[in-house]
Amino acid sequence: MLPPLIVMECLEKGISLIAITDHNATANISAVQQAAEGTDLTVLPGMEVQTREEVHSLCLFDTLEQALAWQAIVDRHLPAIPNRPDYFGDQLIVDANGDFLKREERLLLTSVNLSLADAFHQVTRLGGLFIPAHVNRTANGLFPILGMPPDDIPLEVMEISRHLKPAEAVKIYPALHSYSLIQSGDAHRLDEISGLNQFTLQSPTLQEIRLALRGEQGRSHRILSSTILAGE
Amino acid sequence: MNLEQIIQSLDLKLLTEQKPFHEIQPTTGYAADLLSCVMTGASRGGLWVTLQAHSNIVAVAALLELSAIIITEGAQPDEATIQKANDEGVTLLSSQQDTYRVVGRLWELGIR
Repeated sequence: MLPPLIVMECLEKGISLIAITDHNATANISAVQQAAEGTDLTVLPGMEVQTREEVHSLCLFDTLEQALAWQAIVDRHLPAIPNRPDYFGDQLIVDANGDFLKREERLLLTSVNLSLADAFHQVTRLGGLFIPAHVNRTANGLFPILGMPPDDIPLEVMEISRHLKPAEAVKIYPALHSYSLIQSGDAHRLDEISGLNQFTLQSPTLQEIRLALRGEQGRSHRILSSTILAGE
Repeated sequence: MNLEQIIQSLDLKLLTEQKPFHEIQPTTGYAADLLSCVMTGASRGGLWVTLQAHSNIVAVAALLELSAIIITEGAQPDEATIQKANDEGVTLLSSQQDTYRVVGRLWELGIR
């Protein structure tokens, strides 16, 4: 997905806030942020980290500096396995126009040698928001892998995959009752960008998002019906 | 075959407190790293062989009253997990071998 096309797709769909959360990587965030400069789209820096348990979690930040500080920690715990582009595809880093800058040579599609709790604490310490991703999904979802929410970290939010209605997710995993839920497109292609989360915020910051997820101080959040969006 | 003989035979390292392991007779075994599968698939009183060292393994073993968890490839649960296991009476054992080899040895010993 080329940065200018991501921005155009979001603006066409009326989306004003996205996060770039590549797998164990942050190298393409600044390109999308630059491509969105001067538009109504805010691009939060983030990462989808895969921890030792093989659980995927979204790590969202306010600033690129925070995300890069997290990347430095991840890099120290990423096994030194070279990527095989013929199996896993090219891992390209591009500029704001989508032009090639360089290749990421290390395999990103693997687990970082950090525990879920370690990752949670490091991300939180840096000011980030840590959200287990697609928690219902058999591949890399928290519930299939860990059976139940971990009781050693104070998670606030969980993300469910786009294939499931929130009410269905809570029915299957009653423990989800205790968490704020978001539902993301987990978009790997332009047509998967779905904009399922509607936030009422004063500004697009993590502090505001936290308030909205808790429904505090007039901020709010709701998950739009994915079936309506799919039919558009 | 009791758990003490299994620990000796497989050269397992005990991570939790001592117990009268010679009195524990594992009935069967189960191997998986997805805890949701273990919760539905493992049998009461059985051994569980896994690479997963996350603290939730303790809750699963306590829930199913498993005879012990054998954590493979030297994966190290953290101190809080070991403490939790001791509190729950769950036995954690560690092997440097991978799951395939541990299960093979257990099978040879007649744990089926």
